[in-house]
Amino acid sequence: MIFRKLTTAKLAAVTAAAVTMTAAPATANECIAPSNPGGGWDFTCRTIGRILTELDLVDGNVQITNMPGGVGAVTFAMVAAERSDDADLIVATSTVGITQIAQGRYPAPLDTMRYLAMLGADVGVIAVDDESPIESLADLNEAMAADPTALVTAGSSGAGGWDHIRLLMVADEAGVEDLSAIRWVQFDGGTDAVTQMMGGQIDVVSTDLGEIAGFVESGDIRVLAALSDEPIPAFPDIPTAISQGVDVTGYNWRGLYTGGDVSDEEYASWVDRLETLYNSDEWQEAATASGLVPIWRGGAEFEAFVREQADVMEQISRDIGVIE
Amino acid sequence: MEILSLLGQGFVVASTPLNIALLLMGCFIGTLLGALPGLGPVNGVAVLIPLTFTFGFDATSSMILLCAVYFGCMYGGRISSILLNIPGDEPAIMTTLDGYPMAVQGQAANALAISGVASFVGATIAVIGLSLFAPILARAAIHFGPADYFALYILAFATIGGIAGVDPRKTLLSALIGLMLATVGLDPISGVPRYTFDSFHLYDGIEPIVALVGLFAISEILMLLEKTFKDRPKAIPVGSWLPQWGAIWRTRWAMLRGSGVGFVAGVLPGAGASLGSFMAYVAEKQTSNKKGTFGKGDPRGVAAPEAGNNAASGGALIPMLSLGVPGSGTTAVLLAMLISLNVQPGPLLFERQPDLVWGLVASLYMANVALLILNLPMIGIFTRLMMTPTWALMPIVAAVTFVGVYGISNSVFDLEMMVFFGVIGYLLRKFDVSLVPLVLGLLLGGDMERNLRRAMSISDGDWSILVASPISIGLYILTVFFLALSVWLAVRDHRQTKSERLTEG
Repeated sequence: MIFRKLTTAKLAAVTAAAVTMTAAPATANECIAPSNPGGGWDFTCRTIGRILTELDLVDGNVQITNMPGGVGAVTFAMVAAERSDDADLIVATSTVGITQIAQGRYPAPLDTMRYLAMLGADVGVIAVDDESPIESLADLNEAMAADPTALVTAGSSGAGGWDHIRLLMVADEAGVEDLSAIRWVQFDGGTDAVTQMMGGQIDVVSTDLGEIAGFVESGDIRVLAALSDEPIPAFPDIPTAISQGVDVTGYNWRGLYTGGDVSDEEYASWVDRLETLYNSDEWQEAATASGLVPIWRGGAEFEAFVREQADVMEQISRDIGVIE
Repeated sequence: MEILSLLGQGFVVASTPLNIALLLMGCFIGTLLGALPGLGPVNGVAVLIPLTFTFGFDATSSMILLCAVYFGCMYGGRISSILLNIPGDEPAIMTTLDGYPMAVQGQAANALAISGVASFVGATIAVIGLSLFAPILARAAIHFGPADYFALYILAFATIGGIAGVDPRKTLLSALIGLMLATVGLDPISGVPRYTFDSFHLYDGIEPIVALVGLFAISEILMLLEKTFKDRPKAIPVGSWLPQWGAIWRTRWAMLRGSGVGFVAGVLPGAGASLGSFMAYVAEKQTSNKKGTFGKGDPRGVAAPEAGNNAASGGALIPMLSLGVPGSGTTAVLLAMLISLNVQPGPLLFERQPDLVWGLVASLYMANVALLILNLPMIGIFTRLMMTPTWALMPIVAAVTFVGVYGISNSVFDLEMMVFFGVIGYLLRKFDVSLVPLVLGLLLGGDMERNLRRAMSISDGDWSILVASPISIGLYILTVFFLALSVWLAVRDHRQTKSERLTEG
């Protein structure tokens, strides 16, 4: 009797474990977030998956799979090798992923995949502590040009990652000669970097606005510049870099790709469905809520954009000495 | 007073029938997930997120459900540590040191009860700390810079020699292997791959939970296979099925000390629950191990790390809510969840959404009570697990670990990795090398290195930054004190045994 009770308990445990794997029928749509739960790619998959279902653009639920590894490289390799013609599969990517590809850190080149669309973008910002003597982008550039080693800069990427590159683009535009002399510190996230700046460990943070918006509202930090074409609707007071004479934009867009052997028809069908999703109130709301600026680029236009961005990124990476 | 009235409002928010039902469900699921090797709070919380969307819960209800799962996992992780010597999740490794020996001695019921009550005490102290001091503590924690975190990790590793095993040299060896394994993966600063053998699977390093499950669960299965060939394994005698309250009461100081240490580790976003339970165990051993009973089934060795682990998990909510900085994988998921529910964690959260914050705090008090009530009667059922013949139990453990580890990353590579670690674990056990320091090295080594490298980036390579702040100097002094104390104790014990031998001889 006792034994039987135990067996049932354990069977229940095994079933619970199996359920958590979210086993779904083979025909279900799947979105792979090439990261652990909690990051930007995870948000892309979970939000888009949820809204696709809510709008009846897919049958049933979209299965979300987390496949972390190599800043997206593991998923990229898996899709290329095993699922390049699986039209039910979409994968989250962003500027961060394209930067990795441009720097040759993925196992296969850019055109291994078909890029579907971007649905929104986080805007890069350059910020300092509210008590910092640096009042404007001009002050910052002056300080960096005078002595590139004077300030400690930080963000959520390693050296050569997108947060770092955006800062160097600003410095480059401002005429700083020795870009590699600028000190850069990597933190696990934008808020980590900001709190370390508030604690006085570092001087300047370059990262996405979305994650650190709370500190802008509370007045703990001062944003010197938004790296966007137009002022950000939620923060109209933040001046753009362009308005201060520094011609740099630095978006971190969020989008999706699918396997390289997916047929034109199925590719077009995804682009259509994603455009419907983009135009829905649900997406506009969800995107704005998480600090994204909704931006649409889909299909061939997006393919061209991704290629152009990869080229630009490769060039910048070469210029600043991240790759040879 | 103001806090009390806010908290009162919070209880009103949390006491709706829906929220109470979610709370109980979360506690139960959490305990189950925590007890299963491999699956832990990160997966549990991530899996339940779609559910909150499907049912359209508001932010408060969703957070109550997910935090109940989080706390439940912390309770559940210890169960398999004690009964099977297999930790259910990372912070539960310290509980194997004394919990399993207690179970082997027929004290499983006591060990489970002590760990349950210790979890309650730790988590409750953390929630009290959260309600009273959250904003102040968060403001204090930001002054901890990379160099200070590095000093904290130095302190932790300096004490590692004393945690387990007969031979401190083997413990150090084990910790060193762990530290070496922690260097696998992309270099955190420059992005250059290290020891990855051109495999993208190794770019993010070795997933600690995969190594942990392999080292403990798979090696346990291998040990059992070997034993079965040699002789028929005997079922472990089960003492009483009911815990003795006196035994729990005797560990009260260990629980309080463990809670204090764990809470501090939790509030620091760069530390976390694993460091919390580890430091709580070491601190307790330094204070109380007068008769050398630690590691052989001392109840205080169960109480301190469990209180520490739960206090740290509760403490980790402070930087998450008031700064938006996640201190752990689980809080990172909770954070993403909050953001997608249109709640912006950070300095203004407490002012702008008091209903959410205080409803959550109140529900955490309730979750703790619920978990205690849920867990104590289950002790009887769990102890009977010990009576299951191992030939029946172990295949199920094997199945659960494989399913659990595959469920984390959907990767066959992780399964192979787990088996690889199982073999390493088996070999190390054959040489009497404790596995706990290895896992600690792997878990904490990465963070230690990142903070050192960050400090070096800040100072442009000037090592003096490591001793430039009062916090780090204080931590180094503490380290020296700890080391001196261990050496002194070792010398004293050595003399004592020598003189005992002389008098006996």
